[in-house]
Amino acid sequence: MASIRNIFIVYRKELTEALRDRRTLVSSIVIPLLAFPVLAFGLGYMVVELIGEANRLPSRIMILGGEDSADVVARLKSGKDIRVVPTASNYVDLISDKKVRAVVDIPEGFQDSIAQGGRPEVKIYMFSGDMKSTIAANRVEKVILAYRDSEISQQLAAQHLPDSLMKPLKIEQKNVVSPEKVAGETFGGLIPYLAILMCMTGAMYPAMDLTAGEKERATMETILSSPIKRTHLVLGKFFLVLTASLTTAMLSVLSMGASFAAMSHFVKVEGVAEGVPIIPMHVSTVVGVFAVAVPIAVLFSATLITISLFAKTFKEAQSYLTPMTFVVLVPAIGAVLPGVELTPKLALVPILNASLLCKELVTGTYHWNYIVLIFASTSVYAAVALFLAVKMFQRESVLFST
Amino acid sequence: MIEVRNLSKRFHDKKRGEIRAVDGVSFCCRPGQIYGLLGANGAGKTTTLRMLATILEPTDGTAVVCGHDVVDEPEKVRANVGFLSTATALYPRLTARELVQYFGRLNGLDESTLNQRVDRIFDRLDMNGFRDRRCDKLSTGMKQKTSIARTLVHDPAVMIFDEPTLGLDIMTARTITTFISECRNLGKTVIFSTHIMSEVEKLCDVIGIIQNGKLLAEGTLAQLREKAGEQDLEEIFVKVVAPHYVQPEDH
Repeated sequence: MASIRNIFIVYRKELTEALRDRRTLVSSIVIPLLAFPVLAFGLGYMVVELIGEANRLPSRIMILGGEDSADVVARLKSGKDIRVVPTASNYVDLISDKKVRAVVDIPEGFQDSIAQGGRPEVKIYMFSGDMKSTIAANRVEKVILAYRDSEISQQLAAQHLPDSLMKPLKIEQKNVVSPEKVAGETFGGLIPYLAILMCMTGAMYPAMDLTAGEKERATMETILSSPIKRTHLVLGKFFLVLTASLTTAMLSVLSMGASFAAMSHFVKVEGVAEGVPIIPMHVSTVVGVFAVAVPIAVLFSATLITISLFAKTFKEAQSYLTPMTFVVLVPAIGAVLPGVELTPKLALVPILNASLLCKELVTGTYHWNYIVLIFASTSVYAAVALFLAVKMFQRESVLFST
Repeated sequence: MIEVRNLSKRFHDKKRGEIRAVDGVSFCCRPGQIYGLLGANGAGKTTTLRMLATILEPTDGTAVVCGHDVVDEPEKVRANVGFLSTATALYPRLTARELVQYFGRLNGLDESTLNQRVDRIFDRLDMNGFRDRRCDKLSTGMKQKTSIARTLVHDPAVMIFDEPTLGLDIMTARTITTFISECRNLGKTVIFSTHIMSEVEKLCDVIGIIQNGKLLAEGTLAQLREKAGEQDLEEIFVKVVAPHYVQPEDH
């Protein structure tokens, strides 16, 4: 009982200090709360605006050749979203400089060739990867294809054949799973990625402040002169770091969920029914993700405390912990990559396993054998990290490395 | 009561190899007495006092503080010790009152005893004007008073002061030296390290001169004067230390 009381005394004091520290509040509460609405609406609005503008404005295109194909040229010129500019020989430079978005090269005798059942080759020159150029090329292609279809249609009609000969079969891809699952599969990887990243960022500042920061402010000796056992002291600190880690992760996921739910009313995503949140946030999903996030947060909190304990100053701790972000990011990103799925081996890889499990939970898939395996293995890693943190806190050479 | 028995501390340094910071030191401090540990920088004063406060563990030997062994019962030793040094800073984001309460709680005091004791200490040290001010907003003098309050909150029988006046102005240093005298008057066992001769002359009942981790001389001021044949403490100190003095390296 006395040990729990002491751990709680340390925890309460650390919490009081953390709540009075602007840097902790910003990193644990303000950033996770604001980052996603700003990202979702700011970035989302920008993307929607940019795509909208590109779709609204006519594309500047150039026609090469086509002197003997007046109909198709006329169709291009009369296209309402196409503006034909005069022909110039330096069209490659013009595309490269984004002055012309696409150039269509109509071969000699194009119309005659189609009329005689030939296969004339039309080339469209464009700036690959440039959104406006892609849109322009698509628009040109659409006009040319429409011309081809109308020509073939006429030829079929002349021979009293049905239009369906042009497209002898029809293929339709049909989604049979719920819109929530579609959304989960499309964007679900983001939740674990975010939860794991935020567990890390949330723990980072307090872990440094409570160890290296304490050394730097010369309060380590003050607290070590009190009768509290070092194990209780490090556990009190650990629980504060864990609280910060989970708070940051929880606020981030909720803030992201709310932002994307709000966004789904404004932005239509292919395959997802209107009004369905882009990222589904059912209570069971949130509980599941947090159940997995707890051992991950324990692992991060204990590891970050252990590492920053070796630093003499806050700055030194920062230089030790910054590379840790990349160590965590790589496996967390792994789960977002398409095609990476849970296997018994991957279920033992820390971080990646939790990330993949969260992705499954978000889509409503529960492989209980994996859930047990991942929870158990992550808990073992977390326990080892916590054990190391406690051990390091007993070492004079680590505590007094000033 | 503090009984130091053949206390030693060795450190390992990558460049210099083994360092004997404290080497077989033995002495005794009694209640109602101030024991002054006098030594140059790097002599082993801080390491000795840190071992008595159980912040560091001895490599060899031991010490018994209020009947508790520093190696076997470090928590019980700390519960009987008030430790104050220039390296024992305050938590900047706690108020003076919260800080003292925190240490009272860590010492196992219940809330009503704690509040009574905090009120009494704050009255006695005239701290009520800044009791709810954060420690990072306190002046040096206020900080020292808060540190003193922290060491007193659990009413320890033993007080350990490691160069407590280092870097302080005269008025603030005086608050500390007055407090050390008061501790003796209250019957506490006081051990105090310094390299300021005037403080030793003014405060200490027994003086131990330490150099290279070894206790080279010990006695009352009168005994040391008689042994060295010198009146001035600084002369006595130099006479004792000079044959053993080695310029300390930074560590």
